[in-house]
Amino acid sequence: MTYNCIVLVKQVPDTANISGKTMKDDGTVDRAALPAIFNPEDLNALEMALQVKEQHGGQVTVLTMGPPRAAEVLREALYRGADRVILLSDRKFAGSDTLATSYALKCAVERTGDYDLVFCGRQAIDGDTAQVGPQVAEKLALPQITYAESIQALQGSDIVVQRAFPLGKETVKCTLPCLLTVVSSANRPRPPSARRMIAYKLAATPLECPALLQQWPEFETAEALDRYLAERDQKIPVWTAADIGADEEKLGLHGSPTKVLKIDYVVLETSDSRQVPATPEGASALVRELIQDHIL
Amino acid sequence: MNKDREVWVFIEQEAGKIAPVSLELLSKGRELAERLGSRVCALLFGHGIANLAEKAIHHGADLVLLADHPELALYRTLPYAKVAIELVQARQPYIFLLGATPIGRDLAPRIASAVRAGLTADCTDLRIGDFQRKDRVYPDLLYQIRPAFGGNVIATIVNPEMHPQLATVREGVMRLAEPDRTRRGGVERVEPQFDERDLVLQVLQRVIRPPGCNLKSASIVVAGGAGVGSQKNFRLIHELAQLLGGEVGASRAAVDAGFISSEHQVGQTGVTVRPRLYIACGISGTVQHRAGMDQSSKIIAINTDPAAPIFQIAHYKIVGDLNEIIPWMIHAYHENAK
Repeated sequence: MTYNCIVLVKQVPDTANISGKTMKDDGTVDRAALPAIFNPEDLNALEMALQVKEQHGGQVTVLTMGPPRAAEVLREALYRGADRVILLSDRKFAGSDTLATSYALKCAVERTGDYDLVFCGRQAIDGDTAQVGPQVAEKLALPQITYAESIQALQGSDIVVQRAFPLGKETVKCTLPCLLTVVSSANRPRPPSARRMIAYKLAATPLECPALLQQWPEFETAEALDRYLAERDQKIPVWTAADIGADEEKLGLHGSPTKVLKIDYVVLETSDSRQVPATPEGASALVRELIQDHIL
Repeated sequence: MNKDREVWVFIEQEAGKIAPVSLELLSKGRELAERLGSRVCALLFGHGIANLAEKAIHHGADLVLLADHPELALYRTLPYAKVAIELVQARQPYIFLLGATPIGRDLAPRIASAVRAGLTADCTDLRIGDFQRKDRVYPDLLYQIRPAFGGNVIATIVNPEMHPQLATVREGVMRLAEPDRTRRGGVERVEPQFDERDLVLQVLQRVIRPPGCNLKSASIVVAGGAGVGSQKNFRLIHELAQLLGGEVGASRAAVDAGFISSEHQVGQTGVTVRPRLYIACGISGTVQHRAGMDQSSKIIAINTDPAAPIFQIAHYKIVGDLNEIIPWMIHAYHENAK
């Protein structure tokens, strides 16, 4: 039996690598200076789906919702082995909280066709909420297996999954279709394949074609480029709210119950601080002082 | 709708023991309910756990909604969600709090999606306040306060209309009040009905370890981050911690890199610690990490990057290589300690 997998991924600012360089003078983070990356646990989710495909056959479809540039993570997914990628992009999605996002994703998943398994990363590093996966599952009326670490058996319409928590493990058996949210300890995501990077070098959404046309003057007209991409299966489709038949009331700011009342940029600074020389003498004086102060 | 402005708390229990975070939430729930002039209602699900209702009352519940059913013996998303969703729909609570544990983070979004309510994850503070939008004032909303964007900002989130106001709350951030053994409250049993669709998932095995390290109550924590560089180098962190009688902590980056297991993680998605001394080695100091340790009495930061944010909260800043500095400190301790 083969299994069709859908992987939901997100392009996120790389919040994990905030160093002095990405801090502004006032001590707050400079969001614009952060590179946009494939959400790390979504790569684990993609890897798990690719392994299902390798062992059992089927198709891996990767879906992301985001601004036009989010197509970058879809190309990365193609380089790593995805069969089909779809960008969900529309201004109507802007400002969505997790509830509105999960509604849009649910509509998009339904539009992709038959599926057996939906994979998500456990959580995205920009929000750390871990909410979208379970909310998509609820809206699709699917059982959910969060914190999934490994698929131990997949046979017929039964799946056995090991879940991993900070303080333990759990093994569960469930009937397909179901949704898994995958933790970082699940696997080591494969790197992009050189062969696929060449094959999908030009893969682009219609939104990116004008820029591509400038970059590749060999294509004299937009039609020529379009034909070239279409022949090679390199057109990344963009679905709008209308394409997925979404109720606009449930999208974007309008469909989002949570509102941001305020954002405080964190500037934590202690007044009482001093530099200790990075020398054996400096370290020794510090240790002596801490012992005298009964801290050590 | 929710005229009673009830505050609900989900009581997480494993093998007949209530999770500490649930008791912390009852304390906080009590405070919020007093501010709102309403009552605290505890949701206690499981099998053979009726005896825990009294404890929930002593910790602040006015009413316990008890679902005692064999299918609820072990936590499973669908049966637990079904009971909770039906109760929310029937009784329209104003606020609903869950611990930001693997169970709370699995259950809360399922409930929020089903009842179309707002949900804020991993709150570190909750308050009551007003919210004004255009000409309308929404009085007495729940301010859901959480670090966001990798912890580099603190966001205050409100949910003005689509109630309940659902939030998961970090373990260890709310003060646990002393139980009042004279408190009285009611217990109301609910009788859930399940069909086969609720039971498509079976738990074959569940092994939950007691916490292997005692980070939370440690008075000295020596913590390593990505800057430690390898699992092998992490030995130095262990060595210093052992020498000082402390525990080993880690940043998320170090855990993600596989240098150490996740139970050592300090920060927004790990443990919150308040030791007498926190030694941050090779930790850049994302606010997410700092949220878990900035209440430490004294902080030493060792980092090669002089601009690392950790230095902003450190009492003692050492710009240098931890692989040199830690051995110097170990040597100095041997020389000076009695």
